[in-house]
Amino acid sequence: MHPVVHALRDPAAVVSSSLPQWDALVRQARRTNLLPCVALALDERGLLPQVPPAPRVHLEAARTLARAQADAVRREVAYIDRALAASGIPIVLLKGAAYLIAGLRAARGRVFSDIDILVPRGALASVEAALMLRGWATGKTTAYDQRYYRRWMHELPPLRHISRQTWLDVHHAILPITARLKPDSAKLLAASLPVAGEPRLRVLAPVDMVLHSATHLFCNEDVGNSLRDLVDLDSLLREFASEEDFWPRLTVRARELDLTRPLYYALRYAVRILGTPIPAPVLHEAEIGRPPPLLRGLMDALFLQTLQPDRTTDRLASLARGSLYVRAHWLRMPPLLLAQHLTIKALRREEQKAG
Amino acid sequence: MIVAHLSHQELMHRLARPGLRLRTGPVVNRIQSRLAKVVHGVELHYADCTIEDSEGFADFHVRVAPPRSPRRWIAPQVQFQFDGAGPFLPLPASQAFAMLEWGLNWCVSSHCHQYLIVHAASVERSGFALLLPGHPGSGKSTLCAGLVSRGWRLLSDELTLLDLATGHVVPLPRPVSLKNASIDVIRRFSPGMEVGPPVHDTVKGSVAHMRPPTDSVRRATEAARPRWIVLPRYEAGAAASLTPLSRARAFMHLADHAFNYDVHGRQGFELLAQVIDSSDCFEFHYGALEHAVAVFDDIARRA
Repeated sequence: MHPVVHALRDPAAVVSSSLPQWDALVRQARRTNLLPCVALALDERGLLPQVPPAPRVHLEAARTLARAQADAVRREVAYIDRALAASGIPIVLLKGAAYLIAGLRAARGRVFSDIDILVPRGALASVEAALMLRGWATGKTTAYDQRYYRRWMHELPPLRHISRQTWLDVHHAILPITARLKPDSAKLLAASLPVAGEPRLRVLAPVDMVLHSATHLFCNEDVGNSLRDLVDLDSLLREFASEEDFWPRLTVRARELDLTRPLYYALRYAVRILGTPIPAPVLHEAEIGRPPPLLRGLMDALFLQTLQPDRTTDRLASLARGSLYVRAHWLRMPPLLLAQHLTIKALRREEQKAG
Repeated sequence: MIVAHLSHQELMHRLARPGLRLRTGPVVNRIQSRLAKVVHGVELHYADCTIEDSEGFADFHVRVAPPRSPRRWIAPQVQFQFDGAGPFLPLPASQAFAMLEWGLNWCVSSHCHQYLIVHAASVERSGFALLLPGHPGSGKSTLCAGLVSRGWRLLSDELTLLDLATGHVVPLPRPVSLKNASIDVIRRFSPGMEVGPPVHDTVKGSVAHMRPPTDSVRRATEAARPRWIVLPRYEAGAAASLTPLSRARAFMHLADHAFNYDVHGRQGFELLAQVIDSSDCFEFHYGALEHAVAVFDDIARRA
């Protein structure tokens, strides 16, 4: 078993690890952005003092960093909230920021790279204008980048705050306009829920949050964070499991949003890799999203390889990552557009090298 | 065992395959490289450093190697790899050892949040630490190298590690990085110190490293209490002058130069306040190392 998965599933068992085992665990946890998660899993059970001093300093440092990041995200969300207050547009927080503001366990020890929000497509222009007025500017500057995002993607080009240097992704959908699956953003926005104590902030409904996380995990080209994304999903599923109605709603909602395939994969790998407890009838219903056997065999090989990056320098793992990168793009765009996009990207890389 | 106990061949083999587990202050780095420049650099600059047991724990696993690209036949490059990933763009192969140094600094500054890390040189005399925070080009490394060659103990050239519990400086005695004109200045001023071959045309101009004194490396577990905060500024021809600096300005300057001040929140604020409270703070202009060293020897005597 992958050392990080082992540590997350059974923290008590890793305490007695040898120093070389700790060495491998810290490296793998760092590489998968899960070191703070491992640290908190040990800390919550009061096990940190039993960890040998050499690895313990890294766990404690990761815990310190995670706390600072959570504070920084809270502050940044407050700035975004203030910037958009006058517009009257409700802001739906997505992913990490949503978990944090909604007080979900999935936020604990999560490494944040940016903040994601979802707004109605019709409101994009006024949201962007309001943000620019408060110091956010687009980081991507070439005409091609601008067109790529604005015509084909589900978000504005990433915005960066000029003084705080923080990144903000403004989405109008959870998948690109050009993607094959077409979850309806209006349905997501309509079902979103208010956050206690935050008059203007909203988060996705629990089922939608899980479906978004599943979509992100299995349609995103950023496979380096796959295990982290799966840990998010596991955490959400465990937390929402106690809510009445959650499990029956999940598969119904997947059908409404055209996301039965990502849900199928998400549940499959959450159970297989992290041992997430999912009721048998739910797994049975999720079978409607099951791919044909050959494809499923291929996906199993690819995902189990990247989600268990024991030997990430391995050629096989790197081939699997490469295949998933291509697959993610394949799902995002029709073939001709994809060919065009990848050609332009490749040419630009050469230009940059030459420059 | 220390690096000097290995023959050149043994060092080369160890760096090539299992990796050399090199202790620098509180940190163990597992370094892998087949490049001659790295072998020579480690042999010269880390001669006094302890080699740790291969069955132990390494804080950072790094590798300096040519990237896989057809370019390697035309203009060879090197890449710094950390845990299998390359956080930086490749550099020309001649800069391999400098790249290792920058990479090791990055490892510490972006992971070691058990410390408050200040971008400052620091040296010690009679148990007291002198902190020299400064922008690149301020002459802090030159001053640091000069002081170290005249009896001050090297704590760190780039990264001053402040222990969060005690506020003391935890030594990280690694090579002192010298740039451009200061390479020859130190060669003339400190003929007894070993300075490695300079590499030219780096982002920082010409760079060479000075080997840390044996005594500084041996005493790497002895922390020192901050006593003086000095903002250095080199100016050609200027007379050495030490001007008192307000505590508030010194505080802001230290916070500005801390890599992870934001990570530590209130604890970071209180720690810096404690460091400032226990220190005399100055601005220091100098044009000649000889006079500069005399000034600091003098304040150390009066402490």
